[in-house]
Amino acid sequence: MATKTPKVQAPVLEGANDVRLKGGRWWGKVGWKHVLAVFIIAYAIFPLLYVLSASLSPGGTLTGSARLFSEISLVNYSELMDGRFPKWMLNSLVVSSASAIGTVVMGAAAAYAFSRFRFSGRRGGLTALLIIQMFPQMLAFVAIFLLLLTLGDVFPQLGIGSHLALIAVYLGGALGANTFLMYGFFNTIPRDLDEAAKIDGATHAQIFWGMIMRLVTPILAVVGLLSFVSTYGEFILARIVLNRPDTYTLAVGLYVWASDERNAPWSLFAAGAVIAAIPIIALFIYLQKYIVAGLTAGSVKG
Amino acid sequence: MSVTTEAPKRVEEPRLSHARDISRPGFIVKLILMALINALGLYGILAAWAQDSMGVVAFLVVALIAANWVYFSKRAVPAKYLYPGLVFLAVYQLYVMGNTAFVAFTNYGDGHNSTKAAAIEQILKTSDRRIDGSSTYPVAVVGQGADLGFAVVRDGEVQLGTMDEPLAPVAGEVDGDRVAAVEGWEILSIAEIQQQQNEVLGLRVSLSEEPADGWLRTDNGSLAYVARSTLSYDEAADTFTNDEGKVFSADPDRGLFAAEDGEELVPGWRVLVGFENFAKMFTDSRLSGPFFQILVWTFAFAILSVATTFALGLFIAVIFNDPLVKGRRFYRAMFILPYAFPGFLAALVWKGMLNKEFGIINETLLGGADINWLGDGNLAKLAILGVNLWLGFPYMFLITTGALQSIPGELHEAGVMDGAGPWRRFRSITFPLLLVSVAPLLIASFAFNFNNFSLIYMLTGGGPNFPGAPVVIGETDILISMVYAVAFESGVKQYGLASALSILIFVMVGAISWLGFRQTRKLEEIL
Repeated sequence: MATKTPKVQAPVLEGANDVRLKGGRWWGKVGWKHVLAVFIIAYAIFPLLYVLSASLSPGGTLTGSARLFSEISLVNYSELMDGRFPKWMLNSLVVSSASAIGTVVMGAAAAYAFSRFRFSGRRGGLTALLIIQMFPQMLAFVAIFLLLLTLGDVFPQLGIGSHLALIAVYLGGALGANTFLMYGFFNTIPRDLDEAAKIDGATHAQIFWGMIMRLVTPILAVVGLLSFVSTYGEFILARIVLNRPDTYTLAVGLYVWASDERNAPWSLFAAGAVIAAIPIIALFIYLQKYIVAGLTAGSVKG
Repeated sequence: MSVTTEAPKRVEEPRLSHARDISRPGFIVKLILMALINALGLYGILAAWAQDSMGVVAFLVVALIAANWVYFSKRAVPAKYLYPGLVFLAVYQLYVMGNTAFVAFTNYGDGHNSTKAAAIEQILKTSDRRIDGSSTYPVAVVGQGADLGFAVVRDGEVQLGTMDEPLAPVAGEVDGDRVAAVEGWEILSIAEIQQQQNEVLGLRVSLSEEPADGWLRTDNGSLAYVARSTLSYDEAADTFTNDEGKVFSADPDRGLFAAEDGEELVPGWRVLVGFENFAKMFTDSRLSGPFFQILVWTFAFAILSVATTFALGLFIAVIFNDPLVKGRRFYRAMFILPYAFPGFLAALVWKGMLNKEFGIINETLLGGADINWLGDGNLAKLAILGVNLWLGFPYMFLITTGALQSIPGELHEAGVMDGAGPWRRFRSITFPLLLVSVAPLLIASFAFNFNNFSLIYMLTGGGPNFPGAPVVIGETDILISMVYAVAFESGVKQYGLASALSILIFVMVGAISWLGFRQTRKLEEIL
């Protein structure tokens, strides 16, 4: 709690001198904010409570879900484990992790090249990336679908229905989206370090893998996690690439479960949603500080 | 690519470049990786050659030569780091964008899926009829992955053929007059045949390479008969003639065979149609009405989403950016929960909550009201904005809190000295400064919502639908979900039209980003 210096005599800041306000003044200045906070929290967590309650309701369909926590049973969770859900979860984790790792490695390599070498086409390359960055890859999803139809004839592993194809598609969007973030961070690592290593006889590969990659670990973690989270929730590309229920990711599988309102296994969906959301929420709470710092840094730098 | 590192120029070294120094362990790893890549690449070139995909062959040859040059040359050091990313970028982003632009000018879609040669073969096979008095074969429908085929006993041996391959002898077992097992293929059960009914009914297996011999087809999955086309193709005149003598001639502008009286044969083939797809959006009266409504709604949705989430986020940030309020860390953790909850799940959960009969909003919160949240156009739009407000306000709260804290306290104090009240200080000091730092993020948020496919698709599916539109689109569809509907969900898939719509989105997103870029600079210059 920062206490304002007593030099400022302005009437509006008066309260700041006396940290412990009492009674009506406390209510007028601070108390109502706590009341408001309770309302905002209720608004923010109501849907989350609802999905938790639905997941614990043994009823099965949407019909009985309107009364919160009227019945509690774990039957949906155990049923979930017997069906396709664990497979979807695994698919999602595999696809998201592979994309995140690929994104980090390729992005870091590109950022290293742009940050440490001067070559013809460097400025042009950076400008091109800046422009490409404006157009999200998913806008071209029709052409991606058509491309995979063609590729599938040549490499069945890169065609419609394969996880590898989906990962490759996600990696295609990696360079455009992340290089700039990393490039900025790489530039903050002093070049003297590279030169010292070079004088000691290190090759560019040793400098990159052995030195730079260790120094930029924070940004690698941020990019990797952001990429993981966004891939985990990506829907449209996964929807057009994956065509068999066994290969679905969570986003596609849970959509299929929830989209049929009348006969949908609603409480099963709710249980799936709870489990699917836990890793992401945990990541967010754990990394809150960095995410907020990252957002602010982005906003201030513009 | 000429390389000059910023290090002081070294004296020309006599030693080997490490790119070729075989004594280093890294070199061995590189050699193994490159061997794998070359093997895969060569395999791909051969496979693509066999498939006649010359575009893929050309790309692989160039990419492979580039890879070998980049990684074995001692120059081109930056390229060693850029190459993998650039390959993926080139294929899955640049190429697909270019191809979107190309497909937008073609009639690609159902009925115009392939080349002319394939279309001719397809026409011959679909316009067939049983040859009178021809023999029937007890048939086994066989599968291998996604491929289907027929296995029959013919000339005393097991023969198998698929859509692309005519009947040919294979190893297998015979039970009576029926094939009991085929090596490498799985015989489908009745249930499996029913699951793929359309594929099985559409399957034609040629008796030989000669189309005139006819082909096998089945109506029930257990007996196959020999059928032949009722149309004959005259290569010299490029026409089809049916058994009544009606002539269908090729129309290269539209990519199909049509008779004098307008009757057309399906399928056609892919041709360039110029600006037809773009013109269709504005001139086809059944499409243009819905299209303009969707266009307006897309902008309204994106602008209102940014405005509402920003207003609520800013409101909360201003109120809770107050050191006197205790427990702000806890509040912040609670406030951002909707942001942490995966977006696609949120849309699905809200869809259940907004359900007309059983949703908790009608049932419990509104005491059994009967509001058709997602079924009525205007209510559905309201619901979408409401859900997006819930999803988006925490983000705005976070960035505005960050921006508020970065505004120097002196400015605030200076305002107080000059006698400005709290509202005046907010309006004239805090808000303009805040806007400078968050404007780029607001524009990014606008661009994101402009293409917020999963929210729309999962919450309303675009519905309620426009009656009478030639594609399945609805009042809450935005442009990107309209593209999806045109490309994948409207009975007849129209990739050409969908790509043309995508191009429009590209242009708009580009314009928004460019404006945003300029606007940001302008704001920074002013303040």
